[in-house]
Amino acid sequence: MDKRMTAAEVVAELSSGMTLGIGGWGSRRKPMALVREMLRSDLKDLTIVAYGGPEIGLLCRYGKVKKVIYGFVSLDSIPLEPNFRQARQSGSIEAVELDEGMLQWGLYAAALRLPFLPTRAGLGSDVMKYQPHLKTVKSPYEDGEELVAMPALELDAALIHMNRADERGNGQFLGPDFFFDDLFCMAAKRRFMSCEKIIRTEDFAKEGSFHTQRINRTMTDGVIETPNGAHFTECPSDYGRDEAFQSKYAKTAKDPDAWQKFKADYLDVSEDEYQQRIAR
Amino acid sequence: MSDVDRAEICIVAIAEAFRGDGEILISPIGNLPQIGCKLAISTFEPDLLMTDGVAFLQANVTPVGGAAGPEKIVEAYMPYREIFNMLWNGRRHVMMGASQIDKYGNQNIACIGEFAAPKAQLLGMRGAPGNTINHPTSYWVPNHSTKTFVEKVDVCSGLGYDRVRALGKESSRFHCIKRVVSNLGVFDFDTPDNTMRLLSVHPGVTVDDVIENSSFELVIDTDVPESRSPTDEELHLIRDVIDPNGIREKEIRA
Repeated sequence: MDKRMTAAEVVAELSSGMTLGIGGWGSRRKPMALVREMLRSDLKDLTIVAYGGPEIGLLCRYGKVKKVIYGFVSLDSIPLEPNFRQARQSGSIEAVELDEGMLQWGLYAAALRLPFLPTRAGLGSDVMKYQPHLKTVKSPYEDGEELVAMPALELDAALIHMNRADERGNGQFLGPDFFFDDLFCMAAKRRFMSCEKIIRTEDFAKEGSFHTQRINRTMTDGVIETPNGAHFTECPSDYGRDEAFQSKYAKTAKDPDAWQKFKADYLDVSEDEYQQRIAR
Repeated sequence: MSDVDRAEICIVAIAEAFRGDGEILISPIGNLPQIGCKLAISTFEPDLLMTDGVAFLQANVTPVGGAAGPEKIVEAYMPYREIFNMLWNGRRHVMMGASQIDKYGNQNIACIGEFAAPKAQLLGMRGAPGNTINHPTSYWVPNHSTKTFVEKVDVCSGLGYDRVRALGKESSRFHCIKRVVSNLGVFDFDTPDNTMRLLSVHPGVTVDDVIENSSFELVIDTDVPESRSPTDEELHLIRDVIDPNGIREKEIRA
């Protein structure tokens, strides 16, 4: 089977109002080429589920987001994602702010096709106050402990970015942390994996130990080769974060002119053009 | 030792928060907590486990702030998924920051103002709800004022004693706030109703300074001691080994 497709074909499969999970963590190994393609589309009213980074800030700034389900939204080296902050402070998006572990549990429940998973995390905190849809459950055993019943976070589609993939849809991460990308895929109906490079299946073993081959092809529907496609987030061991570019991006939040220029220079252009411009 | 500065006093107070912890994972958030934890490992708590901030447990102490030092020795792999497991397993003590903290130790790092459209969106809940209900927590507040030590937090991310008490015995059994260290003093909750107590004031700070900069009433014993100063050995470790570039001086206001 050949699952190769283009970013445009991925976005054509998405529609307004969908719930989308985006892999990675903060400003790390985000499927940014796919996100940039979404920015150029007419998608709107999206619900985004993520360990959030610049993809959330950008989608919010473009007015494509109705709701964000997250534990944090950060650029790592810049702790607060400035465009996301603006969106929150203007009240323009619905915020489902969870404990980081609750988010994992929601994805895991969806991945396992369970209605919920119990956890102690969240109890007593204002997560429960601001998310009144969250309910608790009592242990049916002697202890009788009351726990949060974290509901499954079912996704219409998941977007992840790997270092290597083959055309059949296996994926390999070569950095220090896989994050929760398998759970995003398993929680979703449609699963799209961008990658730095498509290689032959027999070449995975040359790239890293078998422990790095964490995405198997039941987890994916599409494979998109997007060299430097996580830019400006980091994608070790292929490349680190482009801090100078990230800082330029961050400065657009409070400066409409800077935003217009940033948008015209880098976002209202094709991915090829983007890659050429950042290489200059 | 008269030339010891406030940052160095705070670092020792932070290290002291981990005394007696033994062989557990410690997660210090922020520069001074990083330095304090490395000091604890280098002196009285050598069995503590600490990550390199990426995805590995590091067996040796290396300097902070990109200063040159020995090569890092990895003792185990610890990506986020394993941290979450450790956290719910309970063998961990975190030191987080707090944009607001109240007398029961409720902490806010989520936002200031109304949640629906906050005046200031901060870090978000991050791991605070799960941390505080699963294992010991301490806090580092570099800017002690009536705006950070508040009567009531705008949003509760980390649980204080009043909230866990309301949850009952089962849910509260792993909750413990060991210490709060600020730029003015050291605090704990070892009082009959678990409200915050002033344990010590840093040299150069008076009890009145602490009272004036706190919006709620602290429990204050008649004789409040001074926070202890670093030993010569500790001072050497802080200045020459752990933080030779002096990043500690950038984090606090004396």
